[in-house]
Amino acid sequence: MKDFYGSKLKSQMMLGTAQYPSPAILVSCFEKSKASVATVSLRRESGNLDSGNSFWSIIKKLDVKILPNTAGCHTVKEAVTTAHMAREIFDTKWIKLEVIGEEDTLQPDVFGLVEAAKILSDEGFEVFPYTTEDLVVADKLLNSGCKVLMPWGSPIGSGQGLNNIFGLKALRAHFPDIPMIIDAGIGLPSHATKAMELGFDAVLLNTAIAKAGDPIVMAEAFSHAIISGALGLNADPMEPRDMANPSTPIFGKAFL
Amino acid sequence: MINGKNKNITNVNLTFALDELGYKGKKLATALNGEFVSVQSRDNTNLKEGDKLEVLSPQQGG
Repeated sequence: MKDFYGSKLKSQMMLGTAQYPSPAILVSCFEKSKASVATVSLRRESGNLDSGNSFWSIIKKLDVKILPNTAGCHTVKEAVTTAHMAREIFDTKWIKLEVIGEEDTLQPDVFGLVEAAKILSDEGFEVFPYTTEDLVVADKLLNSGCKVLMPWGSPIGSGQGLNNIFGLKALRAHFPDIPMIIDAGIGLPSHATKAMELGFDAVLLNTAIAKAGDPIVMAEAFSHAIISGALGLNADPMEPRDMANPSTPIFGKAFL
Repeated sequence: MINGKNKNITNVNLTFALDELGYKGKKLATALNGEFVSVQSRDNTNLKEGDKLEVLSPQQGG
Protein backbone atom coordinates (compact mmCIF):
# COMPACT_ATOMS: atom_id res chain seq x y z
CA MET A 1 0.00 0.00 0.00
CA LYS A 2 1.28 3.49 -0.82
CA ASP A 3 1.84 5.87 2.04
CA PHE A 4 0.17 9.23 2.43
CA TYR A 5 2.75 11.93 3.15
CA GLY A 6 4.88 9.30 4.85
CA SER A 7 2.05 7.73 6.85
CA LYS A 8 1.29 4.05 6.38
CA LEU A 9 -2.38 3.46 7.05
CA LYS A 10 -3.81 0.36 8.67
CA SER A 11 -6.62 0.18 6.11
CA GLN A 12 -7.63 1.74 2.80
CA MET A 13 -10.90 3.00 4.25
CA MET A 14 -11.39 6.65 5.19
CA LEU A 15 -14.65 7.67 6.82
CA GLY A 16 -16.48 10.92 7.43
CA THR A 17 -17.98 11.75 10.81
CA ALA A 18 -21.19 13.56 9.74
CA GLN A 19 -24.87 12.64 9.66
CA TYR A 20 -24.86 9.57 11.92
CA PRO A 21 -28.06 8.85 13.87
CA SER A 22 -26.12 9.01 17.15
CA PRO A 23 -22.57 9.30 18.52
CA ALA A 24 -22.71 5.63 19.59
CA ILE A 25 -23.52 4.56 16.03
CA LEU A 26 -20.69 6.73 14.71
CA VAL A 27 -18.24 4.93 17.01
CA SER A 28 -19.58 1.50 16.02
CA CYS A 29 -19.29 2.39 12.33
CA PHE A 30 -15.64 3.27 12.77
CA GLU A 31 -15.03 -0.01 14.58
CA LYS A 32 -16.85 -2.13 11.98
CA SER A 33 -15.45 -0.32 8.96
CA LYS A 34 -11.87 -0.52 10.28
CA ALA A 35 -11.40 2.99 8.91
CA SER A 36 -7.92 4.40 9.32
CA VAL A 37 -8.78 8.08 8.83
CA ALA A 38 -11.63 10.29 10.08
CA THR A 39 -12.58 13.50 8.33
CA VAL A 40 -13.73 16.39 10.52
CA SER A 41 -14.64 20.04 10.03
CA LEU A 42 -14.69 23.37 11.83
CA ARG A 43 -17.98 25.12 12.47
CA ARG A 44 -19.22 28.01 14.56
CA GLU A 45 -19.26 27.32 18.29
CA SER A 46 -21.84 28.82 20.60
CA GLY A 47 -20.62 30.28 23.86
CA ASN A 48 -23.47 28.59 25.72
CA LEU A 49 -23.02 25.10 24.34
CA ASP A 50 -20.00 22.84 24.23
CA SER A 51 -20.69 20.90 21.07
CA GLY A 52 -17.10 21.10 19.85
CA ASN A 53 -15.56 19.58 22.94
CA SER A 54 -18.29 16.92 23.10
CA PHE A 55 -17.66 15.90 19.52
CA TRP A 56 -13.88 15.99 19.90
CA SER A 57 -13.97 13.82 23.02
CA ILE A 58 -15.61 11.09 20.92
CA ILE A 59 -13.32 11.40 17.91
CA LYS A 60 -10.04 11.45 19.79
CA LYS A 61 -10.84 8.04 21.30
CA LEU A 62 -11.02 6.49 17.83
CA ASP A 63 -7.79 4.87 16.72
CA VAL A 64 -7.60 6.91 13.50
CA LYS A 65 -5.68 9.74 11.89
CA ILE A 66 -7.55 13.03 11.67
CA LEU A 67 -8.11 14.71 8.31
CA PRO A 68 -9.73 18.15 8.74
CA ASN A 69 -11.58 19.54 5.74
CA THR A 70 -12.35 22.97 4.32
CA ALA A 71 -15.88 21.91 3.38
CA GLY A 72 -18.17 24.72 2.30
CA CYS A 73 -15.38 27.11 1.34
CA HIS A 74 -15.96 28.84 -1.97
CA THR A 75 -12.90 31.08 -2.17
CA VAL A 76 -9.15 30.61 -1.86
CA LYS A 77 -9.06 32.97 1.12
CA GLU A 78 -11.80 31.11 2.99
CA ALA A 79 -10.11 27.77 2.38
CA VAL A 80 -6.64 28.99 3.40
CA THR A 81 -7.92 30.65 6.59
CA THR A 82 -9.93 27.54 7.47
CA ALA A 83 -6.81 25.41 6.93
CA HIS A 84 -4.84 27.63 9.28
CA MET A 85 -7.53 27.28 11.93
CA ALA A 86 -7.73 23.51 11.42
CA ARG A 87 -3.96 23.07 11.75
CA GLU A 88 -4.01 24.78 15.12
CA ILE A 89 -7.07 23.08 16.54
CA PHE A 90 -6.36 19.55 15.30
CA ASP A 91 -2.58 19.80 15.53
CA THR A 92 -2.01 18.26 12.09
CA LYS A 93 -0.47 19.32 8.80
CA TRP A 94 -3.04 17.27 6.90
CA ILE A 95 -5.83 19.19 5.22
CA LYS A 96 -8.56 17.93 2.91
CA LEU A 97 -8.73 20.95 0.65
CA GLU A 98 -12.14 21.75 -0.79
CA VAL A 99 -12.83 24.88 -2.81
CA ILE A 100 -16.36 24.52 -4.06
CA GLY A 101 -17.23 26.09 -7.40
CA GLU A 102 -20.82 25.12 -8.06
CA GLU A 103 -23.69 24.63 -5.63
CA ASP A 104 -25.81 21.98 -7.36
CA THR A 105 -22.96 19.55 -7.98
CA LEU A 106 -20.56 20.77 -5.30
CA GLN A 107 -18.00 20.51 -8.08
CA PRO A 108 -14.58 21.79 -7.06
CA ASP A 109 -13.41 25.16 -8.37
CA VAL A 110 -10.23 23.66 -9.74
CA PHE A 111 -8.64 27.05 -10.44
CA GLY A 112 -9.09 28.15 -6.85
CA LEU A 113 -8.08 24.68 -5.69
CA VAL A 114 -4.71 24.84 -7.44
CA GLU A 115 -4.09 28.34 -6.08
CA ALA A 116 -4.96 27.37 -2.51
CA ALA A 117 -2.97 24.13 -2.77
CA LYS A 118 0.13 26.08 -3.76
CA ILE A 119 -0.24 28.53 -0.85
CA LEU A 120 -0.80 25.78 1.71
CA SER A 121 1.89 23.43 0.36
CA ASP A 122 4.40 26.28 0.49
CA GLU A 123 3.42 26.81 4.13
CA GLY A 124 4.15 23.18 4.99
CA PHE A 125 0.65 21.74 4.85
CA GLU A 126 0.16 18.22 3.53
CA VAL A 127 -2.68 18.82 1.14
CA PHE A 128 -5.33 16.27 0.13
CA PRO A 129 -7.05 18.13 -2.73
CA TYR A 130 -10.66 17.26 -3.53
CA THR A 131 -10.57 17.44 -7.31
CA THR A 132 -12.10 16.08 -10.49
CA GLU A 133 -10.57 13.38 -12.69
CA ASP A 134 -9.10 16.06 -14.99
CA LEU A 135 -5.52 15.17 -15.92
CA VAL A 136 -4.35 18.72 -16.46
CA VAL A 137 -5.69 19.86 -13.09
CA ALA A 138 -4.06 16.83 -11.46
CA ASP A 139 -0.73 17.75 -13.01
CA LYS A 140 -1.04 21.35 -11.76
CA LEU A 141 -1.94 20.16 -8.26
CA LEU A 142 1.14 17.94 -8.19
CA ASN A 143 3.27 20.82 -9.43
CA SER A 144 1.78 22.96 -6.65
CA GLY A 145 3.22 20.61 -4.05
CA CYS A 146 0.44 18.07 -3.53
CA LYS A 147 1.69 14.50 -3.10
CA VAL A 148 -1.80 12.97 -2.88
CA LEU A 149 -4.87 13.42 -5.09
CA MET A 150 -8.52 12.95 -4.19
CA PRO A 151 -10.60 12.69 -7.36
CA TRP A 152 -14.36 12.55 -7.00
CA GLY A 153 -16.36 9.50 -7.99
CA SER A 154 -19.48 11.61 -8.50
CA PRO A 155 -21.05 14.62 -6.75
CA ILE A 156 -20.78 14.70 -2.95
CA GLY A 157 -23.61 12.86 -1.26
CA SER A 158 -25.15 11.68 -4.56
CA GLY A 159 -24.41 7.98 -4.11
CA GLN A 160 -24.01 7.60 -7.86
CA GLY A 161 -20.70 5.76 -7.66
CA LEU A 162 -18.00 6.27 -10.28
CA ASN A 163 -19.49 8.43 -13.03
CA ASN A 164 -16.48 8.58 -15.32
CA ILE A 165 -14.67 5.26 -15.33
CA PHE A 166 -12.70 6.19 -18.43
CA GLY A 167 -11.46 9.43 -16.87
CA LEU A 168 -10.54 7.77 -13.59
CA LYS A 169 -8.68 4.98 -15.41
CA ALA A 170 -6.75 7.57 -17.40
CA LEU A 171 -5.88 9.48 -14.23
CA ARG A 172 -4.69 6.31 -12.49
CA ALA A 173 -2.62 5.27 -15.50
CA HIS A 174 -1.13 8.72 -15.98
CA PHE A 175 0.16 9.06 -12.41
CA PRO A 176 0.80 5.46 -11.30
CA ASP A 177 2.99 6.40 -8.33
CA ILE A 178 0.77 9.09 -6.79
CA PRO A 179 -1.42 7.97 -3.87
CA MET A 180 -5.02 8.58 -4.90
CA ILE A 181 -8.20 8.41 -2.89
CA ILE A 182 -11.65 8.24 -4.45
CA ASP A 183 -13.61 10.83 -2.53
CA ALA A 184 -17.31 11.59 -2.86
CA GLY A 185 -20.26 9.99 -4.59
CA ILE A 186 -19.80 6.46 -3.28
CA GLY A 187 -23.22 4.94 -2.55
CA LEU A 188 -22.76 1.17 -2.48
CA PRO A 189 -20.05 -1.23 -1.36
CA SER A 190 -19.72 -2.33 -4.99
CA HIS A 191 -18.73 1.25 -5.92
CA ALA A 192 -15.87 1.05 -3.43
CA THR A 193 -14.83 -2.35 -4.78
CA LYS A 194 -14.75 -0.92 -8.29
CA ALA A 195 -12.58 1.99 -7.15
CA MET A 196 -10.08 -0.43 -5.64
CA GLU A 197 -10.19 -2.66 -8.72
CA LEU A 198 -9.25 0.37 -10.80
CA GLY A 199 -6.11 0.68 -8.70
CA PHE A 200 -6.99 3.56 -6.39
CA ASP A 201 -5.28 3.50 -3.03
CA ALA A 202 -8.16 4.29 -0.71
CA VAL A 203 -11.81 5.30 -0.61
CA LEU A 204 -13.29 8.12 1.44
CA LEU A 205 -17.01 8.06 2.11
CA ASN A 206 -19.55 9.25 4.62
CA THR A 207 -23.19 9.46 3.54
CA ALA A 208 -23.38 5.90 2.18
CA ILE A 209 -22.79 4.57 5.68
CA ALA A 210 -24.25 7.31 7.87
CA LYS A 211 -27.56 7.44 5.98
CA ALA A 212 -27.97 3.70 5.43
CA GLY A 213 -30.92 2.04 7.16
CA ASP A 214 -28.41 0.08 9.23
CA PRO A 215 -25.19 2.11 9.27
CA ILE A 216 -23.22 -0.42 11.33
CA VAL A 217 -23.91 -3.31 8.93
CA MET A 218 -23.16 -1.03 5.99
CA ALA A 219 -19.85 -0.05 7.58
CA GLU A 220 -18.87 -3.71 7.78
CA ALA A 221 -19.99 -4.25 4.19
CA PHE A 222 -17.77 -1.40 2.99
CA SER A 223 -14.83 -2.80 4.91
CA HIS A 224 -15.16 -6.14 3.09
CA ALA A 225 -15.80 -4.40 -0.24
CA ILE A 226 -12.62 -2.35 -0.10
CA ILE A 227 -10.52 -5.33 0.93
CA SER A 228 -12.10 -7.45 -1.84
CA GLY A 229 -11.37 -4.88 -4.52
CA ALA A 230 -7.76 -4.48 -3.46
CA LEU A 231 -7.16 -8.23 -3.15
CA GLY A 232 -8.80 -8.88 -6.51
CA LEU A 233 -6.60 -6.34 -8.25
CA ASN A 234 -3.46 -7.75 -6.63
CA ALA A 235 -4.46 -11.24 -7.78
CA ASP A 236 -4.02 -10.15 -11.44
CA PRO A 237 -7.56 -10.55 -12.84
CA MET A 238 -8.22 -12.38 -16.11
CA GLU A 239 -8.79 -10.38 -19.26
CA PRO A 240 -12.46 -10.09 -20.27
CA ARG A 241 -13.44 -11.76 -23.57
CA ASP A 242 -16.15 -10.99 -26.08
CA MET A 243 -17.02 -14.64 -26.68
CA ALA A 244 -17.79 -17.55 -24.36
CA ASN A 245 -15.05 -19.99 -23.48
CA PRO A 246 -16.13 -23.21 -21.73
CA SER A 247 -14.60 -23.65 -18.33
CA THR A 248 -15.42 -27.39 -18.24
CA PRO A 249 -13.02 -29.32 -20.53
CA ILE A 250 -14.46 -30.53 -23.83
CA PHE A 251 -11.91 -33.37 -23.93
CA GLY A 252 -13.37 -36.54 -22.50
CA LYS A 253 -17.00 -35.54 -22.93
CA ALA A 254 -19.22 -38.58 -23.58
CA PHE A 255 -20.97 -38.97 -26.96
CA LEU A 256 -24.56 -39.61 -25.97
CA MET B 1 -20.27 40.59 14.98
CA ILE B 2 -19.45 37.24 16.54
CA ASN B 3 -20.29 34.20 14.46
CA GLY B 4 -22.63 36.36 12.40
CA LYS B 5 -24.52 37.86 15.32
CA ASN B 6 -24.23 41.33 16.82
CA LYS B 7 -22.91 41.18 20.37
CA ASN B 8 -22.01 43.84 22.87
CA ILE B 9 -18.94 43.05 24.90
CA THR B 10 -17.04 45.00 27.51
CA ASN B 11 -13.59 43.46 26.98
CA VAL B 12 -11.78 44.55 23.82
CA ASN B 13 -8.88 42.16 24.23
CA LEU B 14 -9.64 38.96 22.29
CA THR B 15 -8.61 36.55 25.05
CA PHE B 16 -10.77 38.33 27.62
CA ALA B 17 -13.61 38.80 25.14
CA LEU B 18 -13.71 35.04 24.52
CA ASP B 19 -13.87 34.43 28.27
CA GLU B 20 -16.67 36.97 28.57
CA LEU B 21 -18.61 35.25 25.77
CA GLY B 22 -18.46 31.87 27.51
CA TYR B 23 -15.67 30.26 25.49
CA LYS B 24 -13.16 29.86 28.30
CA GLY B 25 -11.47 26.46 28.28
CA LYS B 26 -13.04 25.36 25.01
CA LYS B 27 -11.18 23.86 22.07
CA LEU B 28 -11.61 26.51 19.42
CA ALA B 29 -9.94 28.50 16.68
CA THR B 30 -10.48 32.15 15.84
CA ALA B 31 -10.45 34.38 12.78
CA LEU B 32 -10.87 38.15 12.80
CA ASN B 33 -12.17 39.85 9.65
CA GLY B 34 -11.25 36.76 7.64
CA GLU B 35 -7.71 36.42 9.00
CA PHE B 36 -6.65 33.58 11.27
CA VAL B 37 -5.70 34.64 14.80
CA SER B 38 -3.60 32.00 16.56
CA VAL B 39 -3.91 31.19 20.25
CA GLN B 40 -0.59 32.94 20.86
CA SER B 41 -1.78 36.10 19.08
CA ARG B 42 -5.05 36.48 20.96
CA ASP B 43 -3.47 38.28 23.91
CA ASN B 44 -2.14 40.93 21.54
CA THR B 45 -5.35 41.31 19.52
CA ASN B 46 -7.93 43.95 20.34
CA LEU B 47 -11.43 44.11 18.92
CA LYS B 48 -13.04 47.26 17.61
CA GLU B 49 -16.51 48.31 16.56
CA GLY B 50 -17.65 46.51 13.40
CA ASP B 51 -15.12 43.68 13.57
CA LYS B 52 -16.23 40.26 12.41
CA LEU B 53 -15.02 37.51 14.71
CA GLU B 54 -15.40 33.83 13.87
CA VAL B 55 -15.10 31.30 16.69
CA LEU B 56 -14.97 27.72 15.40
CA SER B 57 -14.74 24.34 17.06
CA PRO B 58 -14.31 20.72 15.94
CA GLN B 59 -17.44 19.40 14.31
CA GLN B 60 -18.65 16.56 12.13
CA GLY B 61 -17.31 16.53 8.61
CA GLY B 62 -17.22 14.42 5.49
